[in-house]
Amino acid sequence: MKKTVWILCAILLLVTSLVGCGQSDVKKLYVYNWGTYIDNSVLRDFEKENNCKVVYENYASNEEMYYKLKSGNANYDVIFPSDYMIEKMIKEDMLLPLDKQNIPNLKNIDPKLLDIPFDPGNQYSIPYFWGTLGILYNTEKVTKPVDSWNILWDKEYAKKILMYDSQRDSVGIALILQGYSLNSTNQDELNKAYELLVEQKPLVLAYVNDQVIDMMIGNEADLAVVYSGDAVYCMSENEKLAYVVPKEGSNQWFDNVAIPTTSQNKELAEKFIDYLCRDDIALKNTMEVGYTSANKNALEEASKEDDYNNIAYNPTDDILARCVAFKDVGEFITNYADIWTKVKAAQ
Amino acid sequence: MKKVLRNVYLYLMLLFLYAPILVLMVYSFNASKSRGQWGGFTLEWYRRLFMDANIQSALYYTVMIAILATIISTIAGTVSSIGIFLYGNKAQKVMLNVNYIPVINPDIVTGVSMMILFAFVSMRQGFATMLIAHITFCIPYVILSVLPKLRQMDVNLIEAAMDLGARPMQIINKVVLAEIRPGIITGALFAFTLSIDDFVISFFTTGSGVSNLSIYVYSMAKRGISPEINALSTLMILTVTLLLFIINRRSNKKTKTTGERI
Repeated sequence: MKKTVWILCAILLLVTSLVGCGQSDVKKLYVYNWGTYIDNSVLRDFEKENNCKVVYENYASNEEMYYKLKSGNANYDVIFPSDYMIEKMIKEDMLLPLDKQNIPNLKNIDPKLLDIPFDPGNQYSIPYFWGTLGILYNTEKVTKPVDSWNILWDKEYAKKILMYDSQRDSVGIALILQGYSLNSTNQDELNKAYELLVEQKPLVLAYVNDQVIDMMIGNEADLAVVYSGDAVYCMSENEKLAYVVPKEGSNQWFDNVAIPTTSQNKELAEKFIDYLCRDDIALKNTMEVGYTSANKNALEEASKEDDYNNIAYNPTDDILARCVAFKDVGEFITNYADIWTKVKAAQ
Repeated sequence: MKKVLRNVYLYLMLLFLYAPILVLMVYSFNASKSRGQWGGFTLEWYRRLFMDANIQSALYYTVMIAILATIISTIAGTVSSIGIFLYGNKAQKVMLNVNYIPVINPDIVTGVSMMILFAFVSMRQGFATMLIAHITFCIPYVILSVLPKLRQMDVNLIEAAMDLGARPMQIINKVVLAEIRPGIITGALFAFTLSIDDFVISFFTTGSGVSNLSIYVYSMAKRGISPEINALSTLMILTVTLLLFIINRRSNKKTKTTGERI
């Protein structure tokens, strides 16, 4: 019996000491970022420079982050939402406007990435990583020229094609191919996209997420829809791979950094954002992650590396001219979800 | 012929069970970050693992929560099963059904309702909320493994102990707990494995930088899972195997000596 009492006391002590951790004097910055989307040493350096503690947590999708914040009892200071999610969160008053005076390093951010329709004037967010959506293909297996999304409908490559398991991206490709907008909110256009995707289904090896990286490096498929950042990595591992942004146009995506209304420490959060915009820090992050930096000096420096010297990492202005960013389609997103579920369930 | 078939079947089963684990272990030594190709032998991922503060904190929270949840839910579960056992027949049935509901309830429902509950009482999500959630979903399993042992117990033992002058606390300690010990141990093991394994409920109930291994691994989904996780899994599997090996040897020795004495 004595033993049990002792154990109970020990537990109580442990729990109280752990709860007590929350009340120390050091300032805390709660950062909520995508998994493996930063160089960890950058966080430690920020702690030293500002005498604070960075509490770092990861998520795997925008929606996951959104619901965590929406549930009401999260207290994150800095988040990294993507384009359409920023627009949605601005509409729902979930982001705090940024005080640009506290972010002098904003001057390092490439101006062509600023003032995009999802956040006019960058009142709420600053670009962190960005890129395009395109086709990664195996140059040994695919002999035809790859310059159009049409190649994903070519019967010659039946069961050698990987599509992205993401409603906006995959339905978006089918919309673009028919000349419609990537941000279409027209049901007829969506239905046509659906027919196209069902027609393609017998040719598709699988609808995948991050597995696409390993499968392409391992030569399991010949053609895949990928984000440019993943393409950079795949090409560095497998020389036979090449990346193309089709001529019909594509999506230019942004992962920006923003401060949610749940923030308890806006001043420190802005300091952190400014810190991320610094040249040396941005360079460290882009070298570790392999995604395209929004910092123009870091991008230029990184492009000198062999693995980063390509259009996947550093797209030309020509390519960007035919790309558009996602917009939040509001309630219409359920129609996209319906279409995508139907495509995946189709025989 | 029959024997050969039986052996083939057995080895096939073992192969299916262990092949994925073996592949995982082999790839923890892969110099290439990708699972798509073999880039030569390296210990780099192990080195990185020991330097990665994020993984270490995730491991710390996983083990910490598992241990605390196991201890608390085992005590709470054992006490409640003794309580349920002492109820009348009808009340016992009702209580058992109440106990079954969380077991049958899908994880995601438990997780979401926990999250709403914590928001409702405006408790900030973090270590405490995750621990409470883990204790909650472990207790029914402890009860389910302790109660049958209580039922197997000879009730006369308690009366005999009373006749011999044992005080109530002594009866619980020396008679009841001794009788149901195997059930308690099974329950504790159940609780521990459930807690270490859990993703869905933890996902909805955590926050403030507290994340366990399963959440951490899941968050890597956007960019592919780092081989550091393979290295960590390899170490965890080896530790568990070693522990099992030691426990088995010990219990073998014990049965041998007791066997001799008889």
